[in-house]
Amino acid sequence: MSLLEIKDLKVHFPIKSGVLVDRTVGHVYAVDGVSLQVDAGTTYGLVGESGCGKTTLGRAVLRLVPVTDGEVWINGVDLAHLPEEEMRRRRRQAQMVFQDPLGSLDPRQNIESLLTEGLEVHNVGSGRAERRGMVLDALEAVGLSQRALNRYPHEFSGGQRQRIGIARALVLEPDLIICDEPVSALDVSIQAQVLNLLEELQRDRGLTYLVIAHDLAVVRHVSDTVGVMYLGALVEEADSDSLHAAPLHPYTRALVSAIPVPDPEVEDTRERILLQGDLPSPAAPPPGCRFHTRCPWRQEERCATERPELRTVGEGHRVACHYAEQIAAGEIRPRG
Amino acid sequence: MPAGPLLAVDDLSVTFTQRRRRDVKAVDGISFSLDEGSVVGLVGESGCGKSVTSLALMGLLPSRGVRVAGRAGFRPGGGDTEADLLSLPSRRMRDLRGRELAMVFQDPLSSLNPVVPIGRQVTEILVRHRGLKGRAARSAAADLLARVGIPDPGRRLREYPHELSGGMRQRALIAMAVACRPRLMIADEPTTALDVTIQAQILELLKELVTEEGTALLMITHDLGIVAGLCDEINVLYAGRVVESAQRHELFRAPTHPYTAGLLASIPRLHASRDLPLTPIRGTVNDAIDWTDGCAFAPRCDNYAEDCLGGPPHMREERAGHRFRCVHPVRTDAAAVSAEQSPAAPEPSAPKGEDR
Repeated sequence: MSLLEIKDLKVHFPIKSGVLVDRTVGHVYAVDGVSLQVDAGTTYGLVGESGCGKTTLGRAVLRLVPVTDGEVWINGVDLAHLPEEEMRRRRRQAQMVFQDPLGSLDPRQNIESLLTEGLEVHNVGSGRAERRGMVLDALEAVGLSQRALNRYPHEFSGGQRQRIGIARALVLEPDLIICDEPVSALDVSIQAQVLNLLEELQRDRGLTYLVIAHDLAVVRHVSDTVGVMYLGALVEEADSDSLHAAPLHPYTRALVSAIPVPDPEVEDTRERILLQGDLPSPAAPPPGCRFHTRCPWRQEERCATERPELRTVGEGHRVACHYAEQIAAGEIRPRG
Repeated sequence: MPAGPLLAVDDLSVTFTQRRRRDVKAVDGISFSLDEGSVVGLVGESGCGKSVTSLALMGLLPSRGVRVAGRAGFRPGGGDTEADLLSLPSRRMRDLRGRELAMVFQDPLSSLNPVVPIGRQVTEILVRHRGLKGRAARSAAADLLARVGIPDPGRRLREYPHELSGGMRQRALIAMAVACRPRLMIADEPTTALDVTIQAQILELLKELVTEEGTALLMITHDLGIVAGLCDEINVLYAGRVVESAQRHELFRAPTHPYTAGLLASIPRLHASRDLPLTPIRGTVNDAIDWTDGCAFAPRCDNYAEDCLGGPPHMREERAGHRFRCVHPVRTDAAAVSAEQSPAAPEPSAPKGEDR
């Protein structure tokens, strides 16, 4: 049973212009038709570079940005079409952990107040004593002691702050936690602590995660399924082992080959696919396949004119490329 | 043969002082050297002193509230005369910066002037150091942008920094850095603000410049993956000191300081099995103790024993070119394996400098 199911989700931001009257002169196609499923108790990892729409997708699941079109089903309810008040109540089921723990924790609230706020909003627990007990449980689960209660965010290190962010999500006992770049602001040695904590919490509480990050190595480590986004759409989805071992989409191949590996033997021998140029603007995405402007395997036919659908090519492996099989078989060679 | 390394940093320390506050020793006796045309990496996490080291070498630290000690011998023009970068008068330093020494910073948007077109910023260096003027300077600037892979350089020269993408800005900064064919380029986290596919482009460009122009590169980064592919020699920093230093193959095959080994064990690998758990280093950098009392890493170290706190640990060298600052080093490396296989063999006879 999938806990979260996203169907053809679109988030388009209008570009406004004009002095007296705001005219909409165009749209930023931040998320443009994404469908995916996350099974209960598993982790789905979304990777992509800045501007690919991964953060917007995560926010759209919780309706923190307006959904233009599509459906978001959690536990059999379509959140995308709920009235605002109903949505507010439903948010308890899905919580978010943000990238920058200092920016997402109010510096003037102490930890107890930060963690109790959600309980009060959702009317969980009666009275201060019971709520304090719940807060303490959440803090203990993330490895912080009772002494944290009366302290303020700035008194903690980056890793501890991220633990507080996780505790704030946990205290409401959600089914789904969306982690947006949970470790990218942290030092390497601390990253591993937080990643291990997330895995431990999943084991103990059967949590479901949607992990959004730019670092494929991090995402692969924590995820069961990985989806790769490029310019507002999924280009490939596979279980996390086959994705890096046998990437099918040219963009995934380039991404995998671009990641520096802390092993000189691997670095010296592996083949690097260097992409030309930068990400095109999501306000004017290229026609046809969105990746064709940078794709080393680009073909004369179809690529520039026909947008490839995300199609199933193997057990749990979906790819949006017209020529994925031919490229994998070596029938089409990269240019240059 | 020239007389020794291009840059020899000896016992560099930087202390920040503030009235009525305890002094903060950001860099606490760092030594390393850099040969012409080589790439040396300084790796460490936030607060280990890697950026302060680069600023001290470039003479970019403020003069008030900062105490810099030690020596950084640099041979301008690759000649036999040596100048100490740390004690050079600021006028001499200004001549060296840009011409012989260049720097690339992490955030290209804040190191470029937002209200001046890219072209003026690049030609400024050519005018100041190479005495070029007018059209000659402009065409030299366009050549430089083309050199670092910026398409349509003539148009880009007229644009402002905000009109360029992050990768383009970093390329423009690198163009400015290599404008006078410096002998030494210091790159402080040059790709941290960039996406991986753009990062790969920039790293490739840096590699190319090193091989083609013979520029020595001091690469400062937190990313062990980057140094693994780029650097000839790597220095691992912790709490303001070099804790381990070795050639790159040697370092990754046989990490000997528990901190280096811990860092490597805590990185998720793309090519390793997913079931392999990450082994984080416990605690945080704030748990460091003062080097004068003992090993700063002791509070977080798995190999900790009481004698770790018996004064500052010394740099030891058990194999040629592989130095580490530790009393109880990690022995799970090639040396340990060979020792296990042939217990009769004494430990120092382990493979010696077989790479490179």
